[in-house]
Amino acid sequence: MSLPTGRKVYPDARAALKGIARDGIMVMSGGFGLSGLPENLIEALRDSGVKGLTCVSNNAGVDEFGLGMLLKTRQIRKMISSYVGENKEFERQYLAGELELEFNPQGTLAERCRAGGAGILGFFTRTGAGTLVAEGKEQRVVNGETYVFETGLVADLALVKAWRGDTEGNLVYRKTARNFNPNMATAARVTIAEVEELVEPGVLDPDNIHTPGIYVQRIIQGRDYIKKIENRTVRKRPAGQEA
Amino acid sequence: MAWSREQMSARAARELRDGFYVNLGIGIPTLVANYIPEGMSVVLQSENGMLGMGPFPYEGQEDADLINAGKQTITELPMSSYFSSADSFAMIRGGHIDLSVLGAMEVDEKGDLANWMVPGKVVKGMGGAMDLVAGVKRVVVVMEHTSKDGSAKFRPSCSLPLTGANVVDLLITDLAVFSRSDRHAPFRLIELATGVTLEEVKAKTTASFQIAL
Repeated sequence: MSLPTGRKVYPDARAALKGIARDGIMVMSGGFGLSGLPENLIEALRDSGVKGLTCVSNNAGVDEFGLGMLLKTRQIRKMISSYVGENKEFERQYLAGELELEFNPQGTLAERCRAGGAGILGFFTRTGAGTLVAEGKEQRVVNGETYVFETGLVADLALVKAWRGDTEGNLVYRKTARNFNPNMATAARVTIAEVEELVEPGVLDPDNIHTPGIYVQRIIQGRDYIKKIENRTVRKRPAGQEA
Repeated sequence: MAWSREQMSARAARELRDGFYVNLGIGIPTLVANYIPEGMSVVLQSENGMLGMGPFPYEGQEDADLINAGKQTITELPMSSYFSSADSFAMIRGGHIDLSVLGAMEVDEKGDLANWMVPGKVVKGMGGAMDLVAGVKRVVVVMEHTSKDGSAKFRPSCSLPLTGANVVDLLITDLAVFSRSDRHAPFRLIELATGVTLEEVKAKTTASFQIAL
């Protein structure tokens, strides 16, 4: 069976990045922890050898997976993230002054992507008022509450991962693998999506599209998904209910 | 005798009310889910984009696409819903979540909270904590009363970078519970852990507080 084709469809991650991945660009990468990571595209970005990247991602992966792979190869100059506690190499590079880091509160990071994609210059939020996050930023006091001005983000490139997508770029995510993916998909000059299942238009229910195709310029059928689990937690089956 | 992690979690669970939407932080706060009273309807929000968090899966049913904010595998419930990170924090900042339970490194008598970094040492990040304390209606902090070297963690002023200024409503430690009626009021000591004396709490606290035992 041949894969669906179309003007947005590329044969693989490497081909999709061609002409777009360049030194020094800002790249958004969807995912929360290791869930909903654009695995194929991150690997291809590493293999492209581009350097000096600014990466916008909630987390930095772990040492051997996700953006951790690009940290290891020193392709990232700066990270904009909310939590990097799972990545020892990140912590080491940062404390050694080898990596620039901008911490954004998670909700501020998500809203900066949303605003950037929606043509909103910035927004005032209570989040971070009275903390290091507010330093150097415009602040306003309204009805006794302090608000901090945060700017919208527009990246050169967004890499997102969806469960299913069609050749027009319409995307559907699965469970909590959605996370930052739909917000980042709107917030870049070029968005590349990788999907577990690429389908023809008409297969996905138009009433249940999470990311409309207008936001997606290139799409690939992903392959060899590892979908690593960071903290495998389980409970015991009640007696008599063995699988 | 001080409270165990489980006892602290059980105490935090007493702050839950029927119909509440609740966000539980990573660590001890996660355990609060184990003490939701039978028959009480509480919906747990996970800031990575889910309402109606279910228990851990049975072995063999783990799903990499279904995790909580602590990156633990979880399950869904019949009433669960999923949404993007921007929607999740709109919920949080917009005041739609009734209660948040968070861990802390330090809390001070002004209600300031520090739980995201130790300069030059620990670089983890604030995750969603700054948004939670800025937007959730009521913020409960659960932490050990003293640090490993014995110094007080409930202090006149936080020494670490803040997560939020004047955001804590209730503080539960392994030794005692402190509450305040609103964010202009001082903290009052309202409970002692089993076998803990007022003298011990006074000796291990540098914050000023009223006594309302």
